[in-house]
Amino acid sequence: MGQPVLKDAIAGAAIVSLTGKPSEVLPLPAGPSKSVAARLAPLAKGALVNMVPPLITIALILLFWQIAASGPQSSLPPPTRIWEEAKDLITEPFYWAGSQDIGLGWRILVSLQRVAIGFSLAAIVGVLLGTLVGQSVWATRGLDPVFQVLRTVPPLAWLPLSLAAFRDSQPSAIFVIFITAIWPVIINTAVGIRNIPQDYRNVAKVLRLNQVEFFYKIMVPSAAPYIFTGLRIGVGLSWLAIVAAEMLTGGVGIGFFIWDAWNSSRLSDIIVALVYIGVVGFLLDRLVALIGHVVTRGTATN
Amino acid sequence: MSYLKIDHVDKRFQRGAATTEVLKDISLVIDKGEFVSIIGHSGCGKSTLLNIIAGLTPATSGGILLEGKEVNAPGPDRAVVFQNHSLLPWLTVYDNVALAVNKVFGGKKSKAERHDWIMHNLDLVQMGHARDKRPGEISGGMKQRVGIARGLAMEPKILLLDEPFGALDALTRAHLQDSVMQIHAALGNTMIMITHDVDEAVLLSDRIVMLTNGPSARIGEVLDVRLTRPRKRLELVTDRTYIAARESVLKFLYERHRFVEAA
Repeated sequence: MGQPVLKDAIAGAAIVSLTGKPSEVLPLPAGPSKSVAARLAPLAKGALVNMVPPLITIALILLFWQIAASGPQSSLPPPTRIWEEAKDLITEPFYWAGSQDIGLGWRILVSLQRVAIGFSLAAIVGVLLGTLVGQSVWATRGLDPVFQVLRTVPPLAWLPLSLAAFRDSQPSAIFVIFITAIWPVIINTAVGIRNIPQDYRNVAKVLRLNQVEFFYKIMVPSAAPYIFTGLRIGVGLSWLAIVAAEMLTGGVGIGFFIWDAWNSSRLSDIIVALVYIGVVGFLLDRLVALIGHVVTRGTATN
Repeated sequence: MSYLKIDHVDKRFQRGAATTEVLKDISLVIDKGEFVSIIGHSGCGKSTLLNIIAGLTPATSGGILLEGKEVNAPGPDRAVVFQNHSLLPWLTVYDNVALAVNKVFGGKKSKAERHDWIMHNLDLVQMGHARDKRPGEISGGMKQRVGIARGLAMEPKILLLDEPFGALDALTRAHLQDSVMQIHAALGNTMIMITHDVDEAVLLSDRIVMLTNGPSARIGEVLDVRLTRPRKRLELVTDRTYIAARESVLKFLYERHRFVEAA
């Protein structure tokens, strides 16, 4: 609505300066307050345009769900019953009443901590291995077939082996995260390294950059867009794996909470936990994407 | 003793059983402070020759001597200005030059001296104002200026220019040619430039080296351009020496060594 106002103001000013006396300074008739409002209006409009459709979708889903789950034979609870039964979980994510009676926010944080450790390890090792594979033909020949086989192993299939190796649930869960997240990091890094333009390599040669300088001054920034694609896929897979791994290893995480809720038939709790997991997974993805966007802001524009 | 000597350089590329001879018996001596252009039709191997001088491509036989010592690996004493500027897009203009300066003068100059040297070279190509811009934010001509600044900042014994203005429009190209002439006059660098532009070669060079068509390209002719410096492009349009030099290069390229389309 604001844009026409702004246009009118400009048009008005132009007419005044054309027809009037050029020596005189004429103040714009429309004050600055109006133009600020005019500038803010499109932003608000943009937010509205982006916010309204998903809200409508959510409302429709809830409505459909309410109708579908309201029947007497329904095995799943409708949204209204979830609200009644699990209100404390939704409204108080950070309550603390004993070692197992804690809010979902704390559980999510415990799971996130495991993901943070496992994923960080996967990122560091993955970038280094990916660099090796991308840089050396022999490393590609030797390692790539092994990677291609190992990366198809489902995350949970690693769990018994890692439990046997580490004899403790915490490092086992972290290992599962690590082994799940590392493959896309390796593969994307390798592609990024292979795609470094020959020109950059020539610049490095003329400057006589050594291996270490070449790695962090040319390779990593040049391959950064690819590396961050890998990291983004990796963090998503980590979040998928942690929930499954925690169901089996127990402890405090969000995964075990779901398993525990299932064993005591608290379906409403499970559904609330699913929403938490989905939102956090979404935020994790956006976080990595945002970091990638900031880090690679130069690389992508050329 | 000659400054730069290209000594019987041959270059053959091997692909499977097939061998392509690109350059055959290239010998050339270049003096300090000379501006030499290498001209030839596209695909004749002039960029390969420049890469051999730069050390980026090894010669199959023969070699390059710089001040009497053989050079066969790349180094900042033979800085290259690449055709497509090759600036690192994630670094600012300043940081692109700083990368070279810090590497070459890291142990020899203090931090303040290096900063002054970076700014001096950016000012030399009139790019000091854009120091904080990234390559993606400046025009093609400006990028190439920064590329030249980066090359000059290494204080090379020889500056190698690989079709530096090939990707630029005619007006920008003329501006940069003038800049290069001014820099060459002020600093007295030795420069070797690859080009396929006859006017550019005659305007800038002391000598023009003409390569025959590949495969097995060799030096067909070397033309001395006996024009006084500073040269002004407008005055040269009617200059007899200029016209004659231009004519002889054109005749070489279009009469004696016409480009024959492969297939």
